[in-house]
Amino acid sequence: MTRQQLIPHLFRTEYRKIVAVLCKRFGFDQIEIAEDIASDTFLAATQSWSYGGAPPNPVAWLYNAAKNKAKNYLQRESTFEAKVAPQLVGNPVTGYENELDLSPQNISDSQLQMMFAICQPVIPVEAQVGLSLRILCGFGIDEIAEAFLSNKETINKRLFRAKEKLRQEKIKIEFPGLSEIDARLDTVLTTIYLLFSEGYYSVNQNQTLRKDLCLEAMRLCTMLTEHENTNQPQVNALLSLMYFHSSRFDARINRNGELVLYDEQDTSLWNYELMAKGAYYFHKAAAGDRLSKYHLEAGIAWWNTQKADTKEKWENILQLYNSLLQLAYSPVAALNRTYALAKANSREEAIIEAEKLKLVNNQFYFALLGELYTGIDREKAVGNFKAALELAKSPADKQTMQRKIDAL
Amino acid sequence: MDEYALIMRHEDGSKIASPEQMEIWMKATMDWIGGIAAQNKFVSGTGLLFDDAKVVHHNKMVTNGPFGEIKETIGGIIVVKAESADEAAEFAKGCPVLGGEGNSMEVRRIAKKH
Repeated sequence: MTRQQLIPHLFRTEYRKIVAVLCKRFGFDQIEIAEDIASDTFLAATQSWSYGGAPPNPVAWLYNAAKNKAKNYLQRESTFEAKVAPQLVGNPVTGYENELDLSPQNISDSQLQMMFAICQPVIPVEAQVGLSLRILCGFGIDEIAEAFLSNKETINKRLFRAKEKLRQEKIKIEFPGLSEIDARLDTVLTTIYLLFSEGYYSVNQNQTLRKDLCLEAMRLCTMLTEHENTNQPQVNALLSLMYFHSSRFDARINRNGELVLYDEQDTSLWNYELMAKGAYYFHKAAAGDRLSKYHLEAGIAWWNTQKADTKEKWENILQLYNSLLQLAYSPVAALNRTYALAKANSREEAIIEAEKLKLVNNQFYFALLGELYTGIDREKAVGNFKAALELAKSPADKQTMQRKIDAL
Repeated sequence: MDEYALIMRHEDGSKIASPEQMEIWMKATMDWIGGIAAQNKFVSGTGLLFDDAKVVHHNKMVTNGPFGEIKETIGGIIVVKAESADEAAEFAKGCPVLGGEGNSMEVRRIAKKH
């Protein structure tokens, strides 16, 4: 690794650890200070290493620098409090004598506790995802803005408001009690899945960034599986689901950045190593008796890794969607269920069911109807593809629909 | 939008279906419920098992099974969201239970909780 690559690389892997430990130590009240100290540490490294070269153990250097900066800050604070605000002395102020604990155990605990602290229903989900990217993944504001197809000011404002809210609500950075862990995990998993979907399904043209979002979501979920209390079946189910999906990451986007439909994917680009990982976590998810929506979605994702276009496959997918929709409705699940119905039962039956969905603002609804009518009623097929074309937003989607119309 | 209970009534609960018939019937039921859920109109539901069923009579006497002098029995119940009883009845029309002669579906609006 060259010196130019070293600092960005370390920033990616270490910033989030340092910032989590600092946040945990200082609390939400001083989260900006924690972020400043973490950033300052990397600034100091950039300055120092560009003269003397990188030290033999750069990570230890960074941790040491962070410890010193934290100590200096706490020292200044306590002086201020001792002289200017003596009435505060009796309060349990964190002592600066205690060194910042950057042991692997405390790093991982702090990151998990931060995850629970950020994923709170008191702040909007986009803010939860944004804060997670900033604090748990070490993303820059400009990267977050790009991921959300937004601008820096909007993101800054959104994160600022979210931090304010967490402060007002006096959210503590700690593990939830065992009795509430399931409910709290639900929120954390929703945020992680949203982060993954942001990367997997977004129209963003930046492939590297999209892949990074997926990988970060998987990394956070993996951390949850590595901790005894959070290693729950639904966590493993979500991780398995993300592995199954990501096994097709390279096959589902072509060189021009256009989405390649499942049927048209080059299966030699499917990643079997990631599929195997998915299967591993899927087996782990089978423990316990709670069936979460992630179990069902992982089951569907597993069947989708099976190439053979058999009746058995589609019957299984259909039943999984039937169950999923009872547990958690979403338009995309309703559309996919109808597609599975066509494959498992008949197109005619699927058309009747599809017409009942009436998702008239959804381009994929019309794309599905177009698909179902193809070969049965040319006029209706064209009409539906045209409706989908009109609703399509991205140039790639428009092209796909135009191709379908031209082929009829 | 109101909630309606769709109650599956079997004319003769003592009829025993073959495992193959059961499998076909289960799939048809799951597809029916899935179709309602795909319209975001499904609220909850459950099948009611015949095994171990009991009837508690007026004199507090307990007999096995819902059968005997009462022939008609309830096989399951699902709750759906619907704009009207007519819409709920449309959902009920798709229930595979109606394939059995003499069987019926009862549609009842659920009393609102306050």
